Amino acid sequence: MRLTKAMELTDEDARPRLAPHVRLTYSAARKEYALLSPETIWVINATGAAIVELCDAQRTIAEISAELRDRYDQVAESDVRSFVANLVTKHGMEVNHGKALRTAR
Amino acid sequence: MEKPYGLLAELTYACPLQCAYCSNPLELDAYRDELSTEDWQRVFAEAAELGVLQLHLSGGEPLQRHDIVELVQCATDLGLYTNLITSGLGLSTRRAEQLLAAGLDHIQLSIQADEAALNDQIAGTTSFERKQVAAQLVKQLGWPLTLNVVLHRQNIDRIGGILDMAVAMDADRVELANTQYAGWAGHNRDELLPTRDQLERAEAVVRAARERLGDTMEIIYVIPDYYSKYPKPCMDGWASRQFTVVPNGEALPCPAAHELGRALDLPPANVREHSLEWIWESAPLFQQYRGDAWMPDPCRSCDRKEIDFGGCRCQAFALTGDAARTDPVCHLSPDHGIVEDAVAAANDPLRPQESSLTPRSKLIRTKKRTTASTRGMSATTLVQFSETILKGRQ
Repeated sequence: MRLTKAMELTDEDARPRLAPHVRLTYSAARKEYALLSPETIWVINATGAAIVELCDAQRTIAEISAELRDRYDQVAESDVRSFVANLVTKHGMEVNHGKALRTAR
Repeated sequence: MEKPYGLLAELTYACPLQCAYCSNPLELDAYRDELSTEDWQRVFAEAAELGVLQLHLSGGEPLQRHDIVELVQCATDLGLYTNLITSGLGLSTRRAEQLLAAGLDHIQLSIQADEAALNDQIAGTTSFERKQVAAQLVKQLGWPLTLNVVLHRQNIDRIGGILDMAVAMDADRVELANTQYAGWAGHNRDELLPTRDQLERAEAVVRAARERLGDTMEIIYVIPDYYSKYPKPCMDGWASRQFTVVPNGEALPCPAAHELGRALDLPPANVREHSLEWIWESAPLFQQYRGDAWMPDPCRSCDRKEIDFGGCRCQAFALTGDAARTDPVCHLSPDHGIVEDAVAAANDPLRPQESSLTPRSKLIRTKKRTTASTRGMSATTLVQFSETILKGRQ
């Protein structure tokens, strides 16, 4: 898989997924969603969690945004893109370019 | 009061290595009476209930605990993110497969240098080849590989070779953190502190590697705080987001707080006697430097007090004897001369070349199901997750 920098996320075929060392969790004790990695914890809201759940290296940002629009009233594709781009910059996500792949996760 | 996010469980101080940069306390014998499997399981359950999301299993060498697989399984069942911080010694194929099946999320493998002679000299034991094998095993089983290399005067000039080795191992992440001078590393500070020239060269190598490698490998590089203008935001503030439980059950707000707690003569906060909830919320040791009421000037009136929280209480204690002083690393600290003197000595062109590092002493596990002889030093110096643990603020 080819990895990319956040600025390349304008690519229409960019298909994000969590980095292999990152895991999404919901903490009942804290009543919040979080992305867990060896040294970093990103606390995210329910919409963020919904985005992450759709990031499977199969869907493009546009497809993720479209699916979210079925569930939520207001989902701007630019918001999804910047959420993903931010996590890519922080090594929390990776991006697969090109055709959807069956990935080994 | 915020709930803690991270727990560092130092399961044992036994370790097959004897690195002079170890952050474990000098008085290893005081921690022989280790918590049982059941004790740790209860601690993990209480931690999860308290809001902890991330569990670091360290030591010493955590693989010296024969119940390590059981402990990982327990943490997995509780939904905790598990991170094993290991020298790689004791990571047999069978053990690794068991840990994978038990749900271990991540392994941080320590290595001391990029070639056997220096690695084994620093580790005090023949271990380089076994670490290479362990790295391969981690990748083969599909874990992401984080390589930890504690940097210091003796190995920092090898940083280019170390990065090449990390690439050859197909590491996903490499942590190149200069030593934090606690425990054995504090004792050996003058032999570990690099020169300014060494640091400048190392930083140039890291910059070039980041450019060359792009996002294929994440490189985390941490300079020694002795060379920075301001202190590190140690633990993101005392008893703020994370804490440590050491082998005998004592809970500490900072992984280096062993001696500080005793010196203050505060009642011990031991998980054998108290719940984690009580310890986090009420133990005098945890209350002591929480927030900013304890702060003296220059911290009290400083606009950075919310950024670095006055630095490390344990470093202030180690250098001045008073944990409530500003971290002497800060250039505004009235005690900054202590740090300047150490830096000057490190850069003295006339200082003798001969190094006199004191290797971490050996600790043999005597309790329960003990294996052959095992001993100690560890990868723990890198457990400065205060550097990077973040909540929301990316």
